[in-house]
Amino acid sequence: MPGAPPPRPPEPLFLERQTYRRRRLMDAARLLPVAGAVLFFLPLLWAGPSGTGEARTAAGGLYVFAVWIASIIVAALISRRLIRSDDPPRGGPTDRS
Amino acid sequence: MLTFNMLALACALYAVLLFVVAYLADKRAEKGRLGILRSPLVYTLSLSIYCTAWTFYGAVGYAARSGLEFVTIYLGPTLVLIGWWAFLRKLVRIGRTQRITSIADLISSRYGKSNLLGVLVTVLAVVFTTPYIALQLQSVTLSFSVFAEPGTAVDAKGTAFWVAAGLVVFTILFGTRNLDINERHHGIVTAIAVEAVVKLVALLAVGVFVVWFVAGGPGDVFRMVEASPIAGWQMDQSRWITLTALSAAAVVCLPRMFQVLVVENSDESHLATAAWAFPLYLLLMSLFVVPIAVVGLAVLPEGSNPDLFVLTVPLAFQQEGLAMLVFLGGFSSATSMVIVAAIALSTMVSNHVVMPIWLNARQGGATVSGDVRDVVLMARRVSIVAVLGLAYVYYALSGGGAALAAIGLIAFVGAAQIMPALLGGLFWRGATRVGAAGGLIGGFVVWAWTLFLPGIGDGLLVSPALMAEGPFGLGWLRPEALFGIEGIDPVVHATVWSIGLNTAAFVTLSLLSFPGPLERLQGAEFVNILRYSSNARGWSPATVEAEDLLMMSQRILGAAEAQALFQSVARGQGKEGYLPDTTSEFLARLERELAGSVGAATAHAMMGQITGGAAVSVEELMRVADETAQIMEYSSQLEAKSEELGRTARQLRDANAKLTALSIQKDGFLSQISHELRTPMTSIRAFSEILRDGGDMDGEARARYSGIIHDEARRLTRLLDDLLDLSVLESGQVSLHNEIAVLGDILDRAVGATEQGGRHLRIERAVMDERLVLFTDPDRLAQVFINLMTNARKYCDAQVPVLRIVVRDGAEGLAVDFIDNGTGIPQESQQVIFEKFSRLGDTRAAGGAGLGLAICREIVARLGGSLAYLPGQGGAAFRVSLPHRLKPEVPRAAE
Repeated sequence: MPGAPPPRPPEPLFLERQTYRRRRLMDAARLLPVAGAVLFFLPLLWAGPSGTGEARTAAGGLYVFAVWIASIIVAALISRRLIRSDDPPRGGPTDRS
Repeated sequence: MLTFNMLALACALYAVLLFVVAYLADKRAEKGRLGILRSPLVYTLSLSIYCTAWTFYGAVGYAARSGLEFVTIYLGPTLVLIGWWAFLRKLVRIGRTQRITSIADLISSRYGKSNLLGVLVTVLAVVFTTPYIALQLQSVTLSFSVFAEPGTAVDAKGTAFWVAAGLVVFTILFGTRNLDINERHHGIVTAIAVEAVVKLVALLAVGVFVVWFVAGGPGDVFRMVEASPIAGWQMDQSRWITLTALSAAAVVCLPRMFQVLVVENSDESHLATAAWAFPLYLLLMSLFVVPIAVVGLAVLPEGSNPDLFVLTVPLAFQQEGLAMLVFLGGFSSATSMVIVAAIALSTMVSNHVVMPIWLNARQGGATVSGDVRDVVLMARRVSIVAVLGLAYVYYALSGGGAALAAIGLIAFVGAAQIMPALLGGLFWRGATRVGAAGGLIGGFVVWAWTLFLPGIGDGLLVSPALMAEGPFGLGWLRPEALFGIEGIDPVVHATVWSIGLNTAAFVTLSLLSFPGPLERLQGAEFVNILRYSSNARGWSPATVEAEDLLMMSQRILGAAEAQALFQSVARGQGKEGYLPDTTSEFLARLERELAGSVGAATAHAMMGQITGGAAVSVEELMRVADETAQIMEYSSQLEAKSEELGRTARQLRDANAKLTALSIQKDGFLSQISHELRTPMTSIRAFSEILRDGGDMDGEARARYSGIIHDEARRLTRLLDDLLDLSVLESGQVSLHNEIAVLGDILDRAVGATEQGGRHLRIERAVMDERLVLFTDPDRLAQVFINLMTNARKYCDAQVPVLRIVVRDGAEGLAVDFIDNGTGIPQESQQVIFEKFSRLGDTRAAGGAGLGLAICREIVARLGGSLAYLPGQGGAAFRVSLPHRLKPEVPRAAE
């Protein structure tokens, strides 16, 4: 490859506690939309047209807004902590190609 | 009663306010005092152009028809924003480092700065955005009509025209005032932030009014919902999933959203705030939608347009101020969307359509005189007029019917066609230009056939017969039942088929095709943007004149900016003036700067013209790779050299330590030797003085004193002889008289020479072992043996001293051990006994100067062997090792 990157030193197996926590925080940040999607799609199980017709808009609305608010709060907590500690010089983002 | 004229006046005043805000913001930005203009708050609020008039008015209508489903339009963006770390962060980083100007630019840049892809995305965007803008015009005119006196018809087309014209003026004034190097529009973004607040406040005000003043509190609203026609939640599951996914794709792929999300982003950390603040904004926007819908359904007469409940409910309760606020909120939603969409589209059109054509028309003309910036700006202004004009014409032709209402989702599906190429481009290095083009074209065609054409124009473009029968009677090609699969919701149907085919074509063609060098460069750069920023270089520097480049850049970036850039680069290279060396690094940076103004593909093409089309080639890549290899080799050489230097330094340190030790030894030697010489000299002087002065001395005393003087003089002579001997030996200037001799004979001579005088020493020998023939210097060897035997005689402290002489013969040579039965030499002294002047204990009586063993060791070394102390033999033991045959003299470094 052109502009071939210099061979990166192998990532250490064990990380400092702080770095470790930060990595897990990133994992949480990546998983958050997945968790949100699962919760937002959960009403599919009971509110379908084939359902018993028991599903109510009012209760459903409360559920959706509750999940919404929860995900906003969690996103705020995670984002603030992610941005507070600056990117480590290397190995912070570990997106695989 | 609000009249049309009052509304028009309010609109005009509001527009003036926006002009003032935008103007002041631009002024502030010009002075460099960005401050709040570039705060996370303004960034988050600018994202609110996602909420157009379609959602401002339409969400309530949507809720009144299908209950909770409206919320999916907000859930998708919420998921994308709270997951910013996984996707948006990368997108924004790419946008900033690659100076991306639009979504078309991003796709084109990722796939090798291909203008084909840029044009494709631009066309797609124009096709789905124009009706979308028409929808905004419609919503504004519709909201005007609500206030119309019964019986007097509002001139809808006239209203739409004037709104469109006003928007053109505003957008051109603030969107194309200058060609910003970063493609950022401070004035417009600030105005949009103001509009975002207005529409949020308006909707919240209506919501609060409805919940607490009409219904009587949240509990009552809950009961009203339960009693309303939409009390039961009839969820269409496929639509729930599809709309959520579509809105998630749209929040990134819609040109206007890309503009505010990526292009206008000035700081990556703003994303962290928007990650929760924008979902919060969306939540507040949708919080009161269901209550307003329910109240509207309950209090307004049957057949009222639910899309206008937000306006008509306050009016029904005589809340004209509130209605005015809502009207302005709707106006805000429409105008902010139109402004940003027009800017985004005009950027795309000018960068990907007009500029390439202009460049082609003036082949080789990038260096001719004339300001390219004027061309770019003019192209943008014309594009804005054209886009809005097209939207107006579309609105006028379609008659403003209900058909337009569906265009929102149609546009979403259209925008989602970009998603596979975008996602693949960001996360898959194997994605190629051919794959992206194939996917886009396939998705575009299916989308147009299944959703866009049937969805617009009320059967004008696609006749009902065709819808029912399919083209040429081919039933499996019916727009809403491809391959004969019927009964699916049209939006879901179109989404599944278009995105499915799009992705399949994209992946398959990517797998089968082979990307060009530039594509692979860009692909690696994009996918690995978060890991490292490689300096991918694309231009061969040799063929370019810095002056040509400066000329071109001045016309795109502006004279002052270009000169500043060139000067800073020149200074970085350590040069004076404005013309830096045209290194490939500099060329790449310049191209990025140009791309910030005219887009990657155009910038690439312009650079291509200047550099004689010497774009990156495979050979070029090889050269770059070669350079890297050379650099790596060089660095490893350096490493080896530094290691060698380290080794040399260590050796030098060792040598220095040795020299220091030697110098100390020499000092010790000198003081020793002066001491050794002084003692006999003192007694000689003393006794000779006695002899000189003492006249009445008897003969006996005189003889005794003379004897002492003589003895001391002899000792001095011996000492000087030894020293001379040692220095001769050490300097290697000794001449050996080698001959064939038998070891036994030499030992016999030595024993004979030591027999007289001193204590009796019994010597045990094994005569049979001593019959060994040697080629050596027998006199010197005998000297060594005599010395060793004399030592044993002098120092052996046993009652009956016995010296054993043991001879061993081996392949390497022979060893002669001299072992006595005394107490031996203590271990700590074994090291020093071979040093000069070393004597153990009080041995003055022995009368030696302590040079004997040192001389012996030197002699044996000259004879090719070694003399060593042999510990653990029950007494003092010395081993003389000798070769059978003395080898020719090897020059030996003096120690």
